[in-house]
Amino acid sequence: MAAASTTNVPAQRSWYKRNEIAITPWLFLLPAMLFFAVYVIIPIGQSFWISFHEWDGLGEKTYIGAANYERLLGIGDQNMDRKFQTSFWNNLRWLVLYLLAIPLGLFIALFLNQNVTGIRLYKSLFFFPFVISQVVVGLVFSWFYLPREGLLNAILMGIGLEPVNILGDPDTATYGIIAAGLWPQTAYCMILYLTGLNAVDPEQVEAARLDGAKGPRMLWYVILPQLKPATFIAFVVTIIGALRSFDLISVMTNGGPFGSTRVLSFYMFEESLSEFGFRMGFGAAIAVVLFFIMLFFIVYFLYSMWRDEQGAH
Amino acid sequence: MFPTPLEKRSRTAQISYQAFLPIALIIWLLPLLAVANFSIKPEADFVNGNYWGMPSSFEAFNNYGRVFFESNMPRYLLNSLLITVPTMIGAVALSAMAGFALGVYRFRGNLLIFFIFIAGNFVPFQILMVPVRDLTINLGMYDTILGLVLFHVAFQTGFCTLFMRNFIRALPFPLIEAARVEGVAEWRIFWYVVLPLMKPALAALAVLIFTFIWNDYFWAVVLTQGPNAQPVTAGITEFNSQFRAAYHLMSAGSIVAALPPVIMFFLMQKHFIAGLTLGAVK
Repeated sequence: MAAASTTNVPAQRSWYKRNEIAITPWLFLLPAMLFFAVYVIIPIGQSFWISFHEWDGLGEKTYIGAANYERLLGIGDQNMDRKFQTSFWNNLRWLVLYLLAIPLGLFIALFLNQNVTGIRLYKSLFFFPFVISQVVVGLVFSWFYLPREGLLNAILMGIGLEPVNILGDPDTATYGIIAAGLWPQTAYCMILYLTGLNAVDPEQVEAARLDGAKGPRMLWYVILPQLKPATFIAFVVTIIGALRSFDLISVMTNGGPFGSTRVLSFYMFEESLSEFGFRMGFGAAIAVVLFFIMLFFIVYFLYSMWRDEQGAH
Repeated sequence: MFPTPLEKRSRTAQISYQAFLPIALIIWLLPLLAVANFSIKPEADFVNGNYWGMPSSFEAFNNYGRVFFESNMPRYLLNSLLITVPTMIGAVALSAMAGFALGVYRFRGNLLIFFIFIAGNFVPFQILMVPVRDLTINLGMYDTILGLVLFHVAFQTGFCTLFMRNFIRALPFPLIEAARVEGVAEWRIFWYVVLPLMKPALAALAVLIFTFIWNDYFWAVVLTQGPNAQPVTAGITEFNSQFRAAYHLMSAGSIVAALPPVIMFFLMQKHFIAGLTLGAVK
């Protein structure tokens, strides 16, 4: 049987040969699907399962129903978990402020969309922050913010302003980290828009110019509609980036001062794997909440992509 | 072209643009330039409070030399390389196959599988963290390079498949039809017809994955500990505690850690940007 299916007998075509078109895609998909299922799809389900347990990661899991969620969200006679509250609000701050990367990126792209000597090198150097790891970006900015040694305060004092300790103050620390995050993210959005601007239809622009459109009106009515695909991708990567923020917080403040810079992804990590102990069940519950926030966006992204797919056929 | 090309603007506009360009770049890269400046200063400058001025002596060789010869940095760099390159090969291979299957064949569930790959790519890492760590421990691969590579291959396959499938979709389909009519086996079509046409996509993905994996920090912290298997992003924290408050050495270390993807980017710029901006143009 095995031999018959691998050798190609001309008179009676083998079972594989007859079904080649139907079977081949599955054979090609198999390794990728296997890996993806084991490391991505199944773990999502497992996290849901673990979130209903109390578990230190080593011993037996104890089923505790929805107790983790009740503690987190403050259902029943308890208050909402204070750290969770801070993290959630910080996540919202990240989401909203991170979106600034899109207009900033567009602004820089418009500025750089010229043909002068060396502009290619300028574009690469402007893009440069995106290529550096977030860990290094975090370090670079935490040194930039240093109260005594940092360049920021040197500049502030140089122009006659009061020095600040951005990362040391619970009221400003999160904003300081978001600013650091905006740096590479703006570079990413910029490159998306530069590519988009390259593909803008010159005839439409000329036609609009003849009709007297220019400046912001031109941008809004003629250019931006043509940049819609770039804007969509910029939106997707920025939202995902905002909700994934972890590296910067871990490197720059480690959640402090006084826990004021925690976000859900960081809080989850802290609960499950750090000196505070190994509360895997509670951590998983935080991850599930974060997953649902993300799911809202994922569904929207997938729906948009699905609509494009339908339009393509 | 928008905004109006400079050639059509006044001479003063042209000159002021050319003059402003380098200033804008310096402002944009200011935090990085400050760190680069730190990394070539002697220790004495920090003691004397000369933080942002010119270095009193040029100590780049000394500082970078100490990064390479007096710390675990070379080991961490090697680990990063050993994690990044196999992941790059693995993810590109798996996704080229999956992308071929999803891009060329019509079958039930095609779009569903495609969308599962995309959706999986967007999930927060934290929801995978506990089970993946548990799995890696059970496989005896905690704190090994292989453990990290396997996870990275699996996760990156999502993004890569999206990329490959869309790239294959844009290839001329009659080419594949013609090969079929000739009686060429399907796997040969993949190997001899489709794969050669996918070279730009393979290159783009390879550089992107290199950068993503080199820069990964979260999974490095979750799945490894110590210089045995930790990549440079995680190792830099150990390095920084070794040279606590020695800013000249810490900045030199960070620059070394950041450099490989930067070099990769400047060498493969065209492919890198083609990969990142996939879909930004219709």
